[in-house]
Amino acid sequence: MKYMCMVYHDDKTLMDLSHSEHAEIVRECIAWIEELEHTGRHVFSSGLQSARTATTVHTENGKLVITDGPFAETREVLAGFTIIEARDLNDALAIVSRFPAARISKVEVRPLMQPDSVVTDPLDQKLVAVLKDVIGAHA
Amino acid sequence: MAQPIQTSTAAGPDSARLAIDAAYRTESRRILATLIRLLGDFDLAEEALQDAFAAALERWPAEGVPDNPRAWLVSAGRFKAIDALRRRARFNASLGEIAERIDSGAGAVALGEDVEDDDLRLIFTCCHPALPAEAQVALTLREVCGLTTEEIARAFLAGAPTVAQRIVRAKAKIRDAGIPYEVPSRNDLPDRLESVLQVVYLMFNEGYSASFGDSLTRADLSGEAIRLGRLVYELLPESEVAGLLALMMLQESRRSARSSPTGDIVLLENQDRSLWNRELIAEGQALAETALRVDQVGPYALQAAIAAVHAGAARPEDTDWPQIVSLYDLLLRVIPSPVIELNRSVAVAMRDGPAAGLAIIDAILARGDLIDYHLAHSARAEFRRRVGDLALARESYELALSLAKQEPERRFLEGRLRHLGAGSGLSAGESGQLADQAQK
Repeated sequence: MKYMCMVYHDDKTLMDLSHSEHAEIVRECIAWIEELEHTGRHVFSSGLQSARTATTVHTENGKLVITDGPFAETREVLAGFTIIEARDLNDALAIVSRFPAARISKVEVRPLMQPDSVVTDPLDQKLVAVLKDVIGAHA
Repeated sequence: MAQPIQTSTAAGPDSARLAIDAAYRTESRRILATLIRLLGDFDLAEEALQDAFAAALERWPAEGVPDNPRAWLVSAGRFKAIDALRRRARFNASLGEIAERIDSGAGAVALGEDVEDDDLRLIFTCCHPALPAEAQVALTLREVCGLTTEEIARAFLAGAPTVAQRIVRAKAKIRDAGIPYEVPSRNDLPDRLESVLQVVYLMFNEGYSASFGDSLTRADLSGEAIRLGRLVYELLPESEVAGLLALMMLQESRRSARSSPTGDIVLLENQDRSLWNRELIAEGQALAETALRVDQVGPYALQAAIAAVHAGAARPEDTDWPQIVSLYDLLLRVIPSPVIELNRSVAVAMRDGPAAGLAIIDAILARGDLIDYHLAHSARAEFRRRVGDLALARESYELALSLAKQEPERRFLEGRLRHLGAGSGLSAGESGQLADQAQK
């Protein structure tokens, strides 16, 4: 199963790290990703630039609206993500427990929606039906 | 489609019926646990369980009671599930795939191995930290303890639809997020065990706070929690499991003595100790001792030890308070918490006098901790009264009353205020409420 691991933290925590502490964590994150690559469990990772660089787009009264900033002003913001391949949730959690970012940030772990996903949530079921329809039409 | 060989004479409908009832009473939970592993799905397994017993009702009277009823029932349940899935596969192809997977997966249903593990797997899955806490408790009560949704709802004073939805959502999360049905690895076991113990203790406390006049199911929750604790201890004889089991037994041992027929609180100090359940105490003390025989003693073991010291006092004045203070010192090193500091202050007061206890509580509150905790203020009130600060004592009692939510506690505090107003000295036993707190 594929899981996305989304890293959330507040800017202050990162700013308060010394340069060497910060470097150490980044070094360990890279090592963690390399280990996952080795075992074929890494799909994709990236950090994100700060929330201040974000721009949000939505539609109001049929018009596209562009606003400065992330979609919601929260203390903790999305800072990066890793997509991994794991046997099940326990496996994914074991992987994330070794993710250095989990020491200083919150990491949300959520399964990707794929056409063969087992889903029970009514919204997810609707999405799967739609996906099958759309992908089926392109097969 | 191999069936276990049955070597029994056709014993007739009555003994068959008795055997089926006995199997349902004693084995249905374990059979369910195994079926969940084989079928990979809670709902499928529950259906299969019912079908298995229906099949037994049909066949045992004529064929005789099998030598291994559990094996027969698991086997029957599994085959019924595969059949049912194949039938439904006519309308939903994916079910056919699931049927094939189950059919090929287990091969011969080797019942000897891993069956005890099935119980553990079920408990750890129901208590998975990825599930919301209330869902963990509800799911465990349903799947491991076999309570109906209505019974669970009554026990938690919640609506049955709410509980039902909680359970449905929990099962959905298990399925969708990929929570596997397995016993955690050695590395993960300590943390995951903590989740399980938390669920069991939550269950126990719900039942413990059930007062006289509440439905029997509420009080029964404590019994259920103890039964579950015994099961976990049987499967995982670890120190903290022993500690929790001991703690629950020792607290439960006082059930008959701790509230009056009118539902009023009877302080530890004033309890009729002849009403304490001596068997539970003996068992609890023995378990507490076992739990303490490790290098790193955990919080449940220490709390059990404290409860054991209390249980060992024939009369309140025989209580070994210095021993209790030492145990609290250890407990605080393991889990630093203001509530534990508060409970320790009560023991300190018993050992060194009220002024010593008061100093500790004053410090806690001055830090900003426990300001909204009614027991902190009622303890402070007690100490203030005993050192002679009656006006301040009144202030604290009133604050405690404004924060207390439960009727028996409110009545108790109102009684205290009345006594203060009357200016009369309270009996030497009022420290009991404080001692009571030292039990939590």
